[in-house]
Amino acid sequence: MVLDDIYTELIAEHSRNAEHKHHLQNPTFIERGHNPSCGDEIVLELEVADGKIKNASFTGVGCAISQASTDMMIELLKDKTVDDAKRLADLFLAMIKGEVTDDSELEDLEDSTALQNIANMPARVKCATLAWHTFLNSIDKNDNGS
Amino acid sequence: MSMNDYIKDFPILSSKMNGKPIVYLDNSATTQKPDSVVRAICGYYGGCNANPHRGAYELSVKATDIYENTRVKVAKFINANSQREIIFTKNATEALNLIAYSYGLNHVEEGDEIVLTIAEHHSNLVIWQQVAKAKGAVLKYIYLDNDGNLSDEDIEKKITAKTKIVAVTQVSNVLGLINDIGKITKKAHSVGAVVVVDGSQSVPHIKVDIKAIDADFLVFSGHKMLAPMGIGVLYGKENLLNAMPPFLTGGDMIEYVEEQETTFAELPAKFEAGTQNVGGAAGLSAAIDYIERIGFEEIERIENELLNYALTQLKELPFIKIYGCDSKKNNKTGIIAFNVKDVHPHDVATILDSEGVAIRAGHHCAQPLHKYLGLNSTCRASFYIYNSKSDVDRLIEALSKVRKVLRLD
Repeated sequence: MVLDDIYTELIAEHSRNAEHKHHLQNPTFIERGHNPSCGDEIVLELEVADGKIKNASFTGVGCAISQASTDMMIELLKDKTVDDAKRLADLFLAMIKGEVTDDSELEDLEDSTALQNIANMPARVKCATLAWHTFLNSIDKNDNGS
Repeated sequence: MSMNDYIKDFPILSSKMNGKPIVYLDNSATTQKPDSVVRAICGYYGGCNANPHRGAYELSVKATDIYENTRVKVAKFINANSQREIIFTKNATEALNLIAYSYGLNHVEEGDEIVLTIAEHHSNLVIWQQVAKAKGAVLKYIYLDNDGNLSDEDIEKKITAKTKIVAVTQVSNVLGLINDIGKITKKAHSVGAVVVVDGSQSVPHIKVDIKAIDADFLVFSGHKMLAPMGIGVLYGKENLLNAMPPFLTGGDMIEYVEEQETTFAELPAKFEAGTQNVGGAAGLSAAIDYIERIGFEEIERIENELLNYALTQLKELPFIKIYGCDSKKNNKTGIIAFNVKDVHPHDVATILDSEGVAIRAGHHCAQPLHKYLGLNSTCRASFYIYNSKSDVDRLIEALSKVRKVLRLD
């Protein structure tokens, strides 16, 4: 295991100074995500209108990987359509499962590709995917509700 | 730097983790198994396997002997009055469930009180919540003093005439502090309550004499004391166990079965339905032999030396905060809960893993304790007989790298 492949400058920076770690003024959806085994906890806030993610933020406590992953996800999903965001979520999860490895295919994930090496660390997969599962849960719930 | 000889009996500890010699410091979660235990399990399955208590043939008699002799050995190990007071279970959790279902649900009524400590493992907590909910009983907690020990005042105050059950761990699996069980049983018995003691973190590490602590029930897991996973022990006072209905029913726990009615077997068979874990018992027997060959005086000496060696060095690291570190009472076992400043325990564990050092990170199945202490989670290093000062040195060395990896220093 090469630690520098996991705790990259980018991940350290996102976890230390998470730009999107705050509350939203008018969130449309608020979704809690939790990894009971390690205690990572996030609350994801989304402002969705006209099928588009206008704004997003999070609060919570967790390891550097879960915090950085959440911050990078929000960075990526802001201003995307809900459909595109779902596609990116599926792509991210496929990357972490090691199902998609091709760089050009992963390019749409931008900074979030920094977490690609987590695919080799089964113990930390849940940390990287917490935010994305929380996002999908939030969208699914509210899709079904409408 | 001193190595100890016991490590030679544990081949797994000469293996590597992430390319580095393994330093195993997660003994509160489960211990490694000595050669003699592994051989006992292989020996059972390779040479003595048959269904105990059933077949009138030599192999079955051998299997029965292994199983029942282990029961006698366990009874002596904790100084029980009789092997009828020893019930084998899957682990401490199952033993606690047995007590809750069979004793708790039959003795706790609406408005009664069940008293726990805030330092309980979820195994000795969730089940009592269930009993309290089912019966409309009140769940009360004994909290801690500033030093992490159970508050004497709370022990006096919370255990009242309404208390039916007091459930307490002998050693906290997070703070490592030994509770004075004698004091609790005395108070509980004075109000007519029974005391359930979780011995998971005590029985492997300190001499536990059931007569001295006078607990009504004591549970522990084999796998935390060198034995395999899947075998655990419930001790109960014979008069209590006798009066309790069976927990699970089925084969081997019966006397006569008719179409509409069944009479149950005597203790201990009454509580052991179905084919039991004889291989696990064989391993537990070898584990007790191994522990007794070393002796608790020596086990406590080793752990205490490691604890003091580690605490001294950890206290010198300005970025380490230790929890439950009591130097006044000298009642801490080889468990150290700590945090690295500004780093989540899960990241600490990953970085230590890359250095070959295995520790636990998280809430250690004690979420209410963490909440009470105002913590989200902690790191935990825990020792056993095969650890040495060089393991502590490797821990300290690895911890010194953590903040650098996260670019905090």
